[in-house]
Amino acid sequence: MDNDIILLGHGSGGKLSHQLLDDLIIPLLSQTPSAGQNDAAVLEFKGGKLAFTTDSYVVDPIFFPGGNIGDLAVNGTVNDLAMMGARPLYMGVGLILEEGFAKSELSQILASMRTAADAAGIAIVTGDTKVVPKGKGDRIFINTSGIGVVEHGLRIDGAAGRVGDKVIVNGSIGDHGIAVLSAREGLEIDSGIRSDSASLNGLVGELLALSGGLHVLRDPTRGGVATTLKEIAIQSGVTIMLDEESLPINPGVRGVCSILGLDPLYVANEGKLLALVAPERAEEALRIMRQHPQGRDAAIIGELTEVSDGRVQMKTSVGGVRGVEMLAGEQLPRIC
Amino acid sequence: MNYLDQFRDKELVRGLSQRIRTLTQGRGKPLTFMEVCGTHTMAIYQYGLRTLLPPEVRLISGPGCPVCVTPNGYLDRAIALCRQPDLIIATFGDMMRVPGSSSSLMVERAKGAEVRIVYSPLDAVRIAVKNPGKRVVFLGVGFETTAPTIAGSILAAKALGLGNYFVLASHKTMPQPMAILSADPEISVDGYLCPAHVSAIIGANAYRPLCAEYGIPCVVTGFEPTDVMQGVEMLVRQALSGESRVEIQYSRVVRWEGNLKAQAILAEVFTPFDADWRGIGVLPGSGLKIAQRYQAFDAELAIPVAVEELKEHKGCLCGEMLKGKVSPFDCPLFGKSCTPESPIGACMVSSEGTCAAAYKYAR
Repeated sequence: MDNDIILLGHGSGGKLSHQLLDDLIIPLLSQTPSAGQNDAAVLEFKGGKLAFTTDSYVVDPIFFPGGNIGDLAVNGTVNDLAMMGARPLYMGVGLILEEGFAKSELSQILASMRTAADAAGIAIVTGDTKVVPKGKGDRIFINTSGIGVVEHGLRIDGAAGRVGDKVIVNGSIGDHGIAVLSAREGLEIDSGIRSDSASLNGLVGELLALSGGLHVLRDPTRGGVATTLKEIAIQSGVTIMLDEESLPINPGVRGVCSILGLDPLYVANEGKLLALVAPERAEEALRIMRQHPQGRDAAIIGELTEVSDGRVQMKTSVGGVRGVEMLAGEQLPRIC
Repeated sequence: MNYLDQFRDKELVRGLSQRIRTLTQGRGKPLTFMEVCGTHTMAIYQYGLRTLLPPEVRLISGPGCPVCVTPNGYLDRAIALCRQPDLIIATFGDMMRVPGSSSSLMVERAKGAEVRIVYSPLDAVRIAVKNPGKRVVFLGVGFETTAPTIAGSILAAKALGLGNYFVLASHKTMPQPMAILSADPEISVDGYLCPAHVSAIIGANAYRPLCAEYGIPCVVTGFEPTDVMQGVEMLVRQALSGESRVEIQYSRVVRWEGNLKAQAILAEVFTPFDADWRGIGVLPGSGLKIAQRYQAFDAELAIPVAVEELKEHKGCLCGEMLKGKVSPFDCPLFGKSCTPESPIGACMVSSEGTCAAAYKYAR
């Protein structure tokens, strides 16, 4: 009997399912022992505002330099909550496993999830596991939901950008997408680039000191910085002017993008945030970020110049001006 | 030498911009320079170079996008092929969204066809090796820059004794269309920015006959912003002094005789034929088809398929666009019914298309 792989029976809800939970999933992920498990986790809460998010992860390959689909799922969920300025509390995890998937790989992924959750201070309190026949899935897909509590009274919202605001990013852009692409079968690119996957709630916690000066927070995942800023520009009804020379980009990312004809502005990030900050607080924001491990290479990359129907433009590195549009179609599929 | 940064030097670009401004100041009718290479189209938009040129200099795009100048029929044949059982289409990414008469490769893939994006035709050969039970067809579109590697892939397949690797070839060559455009009374071009990497293969000498016959300056120009600005400056100087010669701006890569080895590979694997250019028509000797001795690798001959009736979309101005007669903003469909998400013509979705560039960088 093959004890090393996921069988269809593991998704049945019966004995094999319980074995998988007791032997592998709970010891690695959870703090709640078998006896305490129910359909949903009931969580103590003293009133106030909740932030709630859901996400799915289908990244290919599932292991890449700097992380795997598991810690990516945890960090991504934490970050969605953090972008509202919420303190992440709890998350749920749904696994869809393909028959034949190696348990050793599943264990590795779950262990990473627990490590990432502990680092972020979020507890994984509920979950589900399904198994699909071989060929009907792709090893593992993960769905998550996350709950956090909003304790600040600020309005941090995509529509809150104002003319004069500065756009700040906490570090280099394009790392995650390029790291995943480099690891994709058939490309064999030795770029040395690692995914920047990381939880940003600690950094956001520090930025809340800016109080009314912090207008927008968003993480530039799929579609990259360009797409995210275009969304914000439309929501806030402004023109954002970027400065190409100030964009922090790793030489390795620049090189791979040059060869493959990709634009780092459109490549996914998983440990970065964009903060739109009132101009008189921008230097302070930069200082706060640079003092934090997730913000050492923070930089001001642009500003909101005028009211409009939502445009993004860029002063190019040679002094010209060009438009920046949202990503059209699929630049890099299955990047997160 | 840092090849990534030094040819993008802001000060050099500023200096060149200033010189061009000074040279052309006060000139009544603007000088019109045409580039015939999709990479130039993109580079000019990407760096915002038009905003650094005075109104006395006008840059227009010609038939430089190999995907755009390929008529719908080619894509319809590729789509007919991808619907065959046990057949894998391998292609460069920018072919995926190009609209054929009724479908696109992206839509066919979503419906279950095996279409794979590769970065090199040798990857397609590898796919053929790994899938002996399937036929692999590589979509060979491009100018002389890509044709040698595609020829190389056929030679590699032959050396490996592969019977399941094919190329659907639709290569176009320069500088034949430039002669047609130069002779067209409706188009008034004061100079050509000649394509950088095509010229690396065919050599700068290739433009001498055209230059001599039509008296239009030709400067072989690189793709970096400093290259383009210097190429423009060199054209300005020739135009203002009434000269017409071929000059090489991109001297670090282009030679007068070109790349003889690449030319030899092309002559071995391909033969010239009269290709059909969208918007321009059939030009003698302007395309490359697979030579008879390599017929076994020619997808069009080896895998006959029924191709649907050709439907060109009404109102699509791609043809006029490719002759530089119309700019994207002149097209009534641009940005309205024709967008990258729902394109009507290839110019809007090819990665080197004029409309794609204008939509992305200049709205």
